[in-house]
Amino acid sequence: MSRVVVDVMLKPEILDPQGQAVANALPRLGVNSVSSVRIGRRIEIEFAGDPDLDTAHEIADKLLANPVIEDFSISVDAPREDA
Amino acid sequence: MRIGVVTFPGSLDDGDAARAVRIAGADAVRLWHGDPGLHGVDAVILPGGFSYGDALRCGAIARFAPVMESVEDAAHGGMPVLGICNGFQILCEAHLLPGALTRNQHLHFRNRDQHLRIASTSSEWTNQFTEGQEILIPVKNGEGCFVADEATLDRLEAEGRVVAYYTQGNPNGSQRDIAAIANEAGNVVGIMPHPEHAVEALTGPSLDGLGFFTSVLRALAGSSAGAQHAGGTVR
Repeated sequence: MSRVVVDVMLKPEILDPQGQAVANALPRLGVNSVSSVRIGRRIEIEFAGDPDLDTAHEIADKLLANPVIEDFSISVDAPREDA
Repeated sequence: MRIGVVTFPGSLDDGDAARAVRIAGADAVRLWHGDPGLHGVDAVILPGGFSYGDALRCGAIARFAPVMESVEDAAHGGMPVLGICNGFQILCEAHLLPGALTRNQHLHFRNRDQHLRIASTSSEWTNQFTEGQEILIPVKNGEGCFVADEATLDRLEAEGRVVAYYTQGNPNGSQRDIAAIANEAGNVVGIMPHPEHAVEALTGPSLDGLGFFTSVLRALAGSSAGAQHAGGTVR
């Protein structure tokens, strides 16, 4: 088994109202040093065999991210000793 | 005329859309997301709701439903397609319309009667309005903020493809107050507010929504008459 991680983020020019809401809440935690928060999505894809980055890229490009508003990056997760 | 209304898992407004079609004087044909057949319809409506629970992004999963491949082919071939709310989101995800619908800028779900100004009457879904006409129909969305890059917004406005603007307040932060857009050919229209909820005095704030449904009937009647004159080669 292998795991590929897809990180999806809103493009920098797209407003992130959720991130802004989080940033605006931080002073209530006593945190005043944060200038910006942006929220994305991490997706873990497990392949039965070796990681297939081409397929992962296709999945990310066609489904996981909307290229109109989002960018994505793909990385292979370190092998884990699952049960 | 036969107007198809697609039901996805999580669609909410398919019943109202079918009712609006009937009130406009056409036959409503219920289409199912898992069935690629369009059953001989002359036009298709993708209704509002929360298809597939809005998993991932609104419309992202519905776009790959078996029926959508047929809808995309038909749209490219000139068949009128109207996406309302979630249907608009699906049309953007399917790249039949440019841009995307994102979380309302203020993060609140907005549910109210909304004033719109019709900006284009050349689309197949708005030919029964007059340009600049103000209408009042319900809006209800959490992710209705229309975004696109500046070049796309400029092109939409220059080509007369903004079908309607929000007036008297923008309910979701949509760029340039855009409420509805059309594709280049004018047969595919996406609108965030709900014309199907404004077709009867008993339940709607007006009857202004009816014009979208009578428009497509006019467009279809015109194109079939034109097709006869031109030997069936129109579009």
